[in-house]
Amino acid sequence: MHSHDVLIVGGGLAGLRAAVELNKANVKVGLISKVHPLRSHSVAAQGGINASLGNHPRGDYDTAMRHAFDTVKGSDFLADQPAVVRMAKDAPLRVYEIEHWGCPFSRTDEGKIAQRPFGGAGFPRTCYASDKTGLAMMHTLFEQMIRYQQAAERQELVVYSEWLVIGLAVDGDLCAGAVAMNIKTGEVDGFKAEAVLFATGGAGRIYGNSTNAIINSGMGMAVPYRAGVSLKDMEFVQFHPTTLLGSNILISEAARGEGGFLLNKDGHRFLADYPDSKKAMEVAPRDIVARNMAREILAGRAVEGTHFRLDLRHLGEEKIQKQLPGIRDLAIRFAGIDPADEPVPVQPGQHYTMGGIDVDRSGATLLKGLYAAGEAACVSVHGANRLGGNSLLDTIVFGAIAGEAMAEFVAGHVRPASSDKALADSAAREREAVERLMTGGGTEDPVAIKDEMKKTMMEKVGIFRDREGLSSALETIRGLKDRYKRVRVSFKGKVLNQELRSTIELGGSLDVAEAVVAGALAREESRGSHSRTDFRSRDDASWLKHTLAAHTPDGPRLSYKDVELGYFEPAERVY
Amino acid sequence: MGGNSATFRIFRHDPSVEGEEPRFQEYEVPVRQGLTVLDALFHIQERLDSSLAFRASCRAAACGSCAMHIAGRYGLACQTQVGPLGDGPIVLRPLAHLPIIRDLVVDMGPFWEKYNKIRPFLVPGEPAPEKERTQSPDDRDKLEGLIDCILCGICSSACAVGGTDDAYLGPAALLNANRFVQDTRDGAAEERLRIVDGEHGVWRCHTIFSCQEACPKGLDPTGAIMTLRRTIIRHRWKKLVR
Repeated sequence: MHSHDVLIVGGGLAGLRAAVELNKANVKVGLISKVHPLRSHSVAAQGGINASLGNHPRGDYDTAMRHAFDTVKGSDFLADQPAVVRMAKDAPLRVYEIEHWGCPFSRTDEGKIAQRPFGGAGFPRTCYASDKTGLAMMHTLFEQMIRYQQAAERQELVVYSEWLVIGLAVDGDLCAGAVAMNIKTGEVDGFKAEAVLFATGGAGRIYGNSTNAIINSGMGMAVPYRAGVSLKDMEFVQFHPTTLLGSNILISEAARGEGGFLLNKDGHRFLADYPDSKKAMEVAPRDIVARNMAREILAGRAVEGTHFRLDLRHLGEEKIQKQLPGIRDLAIRFAGIDPADEPVPVQPGQHYTMGGIDVDRSGATLLKGLYAAGEAACVSVHGANRLGGNSLLDTIVFGAIAGEAMAEFVAGHVRPASSDKALADSAAREREAVERLMTGGGTEDPVAIKDEMKKTMMEKVGIFRDREGLSSALETIRGLKDRYKRVRVSFKGKVLNQELRSTIELGGSLDVAEAVVAGALAREESRGSHSRTDFRSRDDASWLKHTLAAHTPDGPRLSYKDVELGYFEPAERVY
Repeated sequence: MGGNSATFRIFRHDPSVEGEEPRFQEYEVPVRQGLTVLDALFHIQERLDSSLAFRASCRAAACGSCAMHIAGRYGLACQTQVGPLGDGPIVLRPLAHLPIIRDLVVDMGPFWEKYNKIRPFLVPGEPAPEKERTQSPDDRDKLEGLIDCILCGICSSACAVGGTDDAYLGPAALLNANRFVQDTRDGAAEERLRIVDGEHGVWRCHTIFSCQEACPKGLDPTGAIMTLRRTIIRHRWKKLVR
């Protein structure tokens, strides 16, 4: 049994930012991650982070409220506006802070943080470190964590690398800790904590073609979901327009922000042909660009029927090397193509989970002591479609807010004696479940189940959806869940049992996938990333509301709650 | 084997099993255009032998998880294409100079301990202003090639000196030390130079350039070490003439 004041699950940007905030308040922190923190998916973020600093010559008149408006419009008016305003107002503060901590942002000629144009933004407000902004920010926060660890006067900040959280302990209306498996030894143990934060990232790998790291299984959403916390707006799944053909490795929106063209098989900038993207062209928001790409594919105008050409050649080699060295390197190494000489073959791919663990503006869930932040959470600041540059911002703004809220919660919390028993019971239950997987006589191949889930999500719960496809997807996922009950783990070793670990996570992926499909089937409108071909328009009268999916043994039970407005009136969305 | 498949010869070992000897095991993997070594490892683990252990996360050469020795040189499995490696056998081994946990997975603990020694965080020279600390684009450019390090451990494994001196800080920690020395916003150069100025620091490097040759991000740790040496000498001279 391990014990800390606060347990943070996930060592990406949101988790590390929360850890730093808690340590500032001298709270004892344990940070648990299924990989070493620097192997978290946050390192793969490329293009930048939004803040209305006004450092760009064309950014003079930018303000936090304009940032908030763009975000709300980008969300197709599903985001909660007070939360968005908070994020936009905190943005400059958090960006300056991480710069003060050493984040190596690119610079303007005056030496200020450089900013570039991004999709759906009225001003160039995306701060960047060439096209490796996530890596730069991750290293900076990891460095700050080490700084606190090395400071003698600070309370403990212990990192548990390669532990997978598989359960939560619930004591009445309280979260009493978490249960995790040490991937390196197979041991299952309880982690006692007064408060627990889930900062476990998105669930992209429930889809076949995703930019996400292999680790983004959705397990971190499934654990709180099973413990009784609802998932919110799961049907909103972002497809990024430019992922490398085949591998779906991200090619940053910065490539278009810097002036790249998106061409169909005739070498035509097809975005001009669609009313919702004809003005903004390549820097229209992601949902719109990805949707128009899907339309081109259906119309037979994609290259070889599958992809498009991202043309950067007119930017010149010098600018490409200076502003986009990372994607140049990726294109050369993974596709054998130098963007300075040839267009890059790209296709839309799953990229971001707008939905997540239902939390309020302080990161708190309805289970007392349980918090969530970053992509794992849904505040909601991204609504039905996230703008590029807002995810990195979300992680450090709400990571800090959740850290502060947890420090406050812990200070005023007296742990009842019953909580220890709840944790011990939960640990015993999870230990048994793992044991059952290892010794049971299952016959179902986990890889076959996983493959079918990914294929189904891709084909029927992708950019375009309809009742028929979604109903059949729901049936398929339920069938897979049933087969999963008889799943087989062949390898019986305890040390680094990859098969056991991915089989456990597959159970989580299936639960999350089911919530996505159920939400998408119920939502009979098109909004942001959710495009129903059988309900083509946005329907504010019936659907200006958040979906809540509560876990039951028979699948998700859906309910709805109102969107918080108050600043901007919902309007038609064109760019 | 020819045609559409390649043979992988993979290091296998579980030190937790008493008496178990390290060995190599062969697997036949179908090859298609664009297949990476990491794809092949997943093919083996998911379809041929679920007992195989390796690390992987981002699969886009950004996280550093899948560093290993591939067909005679160090690399990231995710950014190594199988095609150019031929039919094989393509030999895969874990990183060197680190304890093996199982198969291709090593204990990175000693690597991180060295990284922690260089005080890898900005120690600002001046109190924070209200907005950002300014830095000229030229000064920012000095950090290129230093901030791109993903701490995968390849350079330290490729380093011949690392194999003979356990206490040697190694190319990754030293490159990162230089990252802060070169940052105009940092004010702890004296202390940083003191940490790396020793027989297990910059002076231990034999300038064989193995680290530079092996770095999967094309960085130059040897160059960083030489810069640190020059800076140390400059600081010593300054002290003498003062």
